[in-house]
Amino acid sequence: MALSLYWYLIVAAALFCIGLYGVLSRRNAIGILMGIELMLNAVNINLVAFWRYLTPSVLTGQVFAIFAFTVAAAEAAVGLALVIAIYRSRDTVIVEDVDLMKW
Amino acid sequence: MMVQTIVFIILSLVTLGAAIAVVTTKNLFHSALYLILSFVGVAGFYILLEAPFLAAVQILVYVGAIAVLIVFAIMLTRRLMAKDLVQRNAQWGWSALGAGLLFAVLGVVLVRVNWPVVEAAIPEDTITILGKELMGVYVVPFEVASVLLLVALVGSIIIAREKE
Repeated sequence: MALSLYWYLIVAAALFCIGLYGVLSRRNAIGILMGIELMLNAVNINLVAFWRYLTPSVLTGQVFAIFAFTVAAAEAAVGLALVIAIYRSRDTVIVEDVDLMKW
Repeated sequence: MMVQTIVFIILSLVTLGAAIAVVTTKNLFHSALYLILSFVGVAGFYILLEAPFLAAVQILVYVGAIAVLIVFAIMLTRRLMAKDLVQRNAQWGWSALGAGLLFAVLGVVLVRVNWPVVEAAIPEDTITILGKELMGVYVVPFEVASVLLLVALVGSIIIAREKE
């Protein structure tokens, strides 16, 4: 292994922070969902990198990554269904305009 | 060994560059296309980390399903991505500052920790072992995950359905 674990962790941290910026700065709900997907990908890189470098003999890291995939797929499906439902009823996907529960 | 480093640098540039484009591009559709590029880069990382099954799943689930779903949602709400529309909110400066600070903290912490790296080879035929693990030790989480997928499937159909 020529590459050190640190490089993977740094790249994953950078990807996570880029995703976080996207979540915090986008006005469009779909843009926010894309940021969340980037963050989930960063977490998965971390899981696989830790598996490869710390516990290569047991596959726990890969199993966790598979569960993260499952949850990400479910989250994307439900999130986009919510976006479409909000678009139908309120004619907008800008999260600032969806303030129904705000006093 | 040098090849790995070069591939890693290229993959990092592609993945992070595409990710930055995802969060900064004004046109949301282009943003979704950059997201696909970023997903492919992450799949490359999995291959580099000797997890080919995860790379295949990454391509299938993220590029094949989630990206298509996102493009689909963008197309359904297309009227709202006119070119003159401002795509970032008023707090984007603070968001950038916060994300940058988090990256600085994470970077310092990650580099200072002395990770107990094991120089062992990965077992032969990881995919078979992975399948046995999922059906053995992790069978309960596996079944819960399948129930979660079913609930998400039914729930998203009900949420997105047209009210009659």
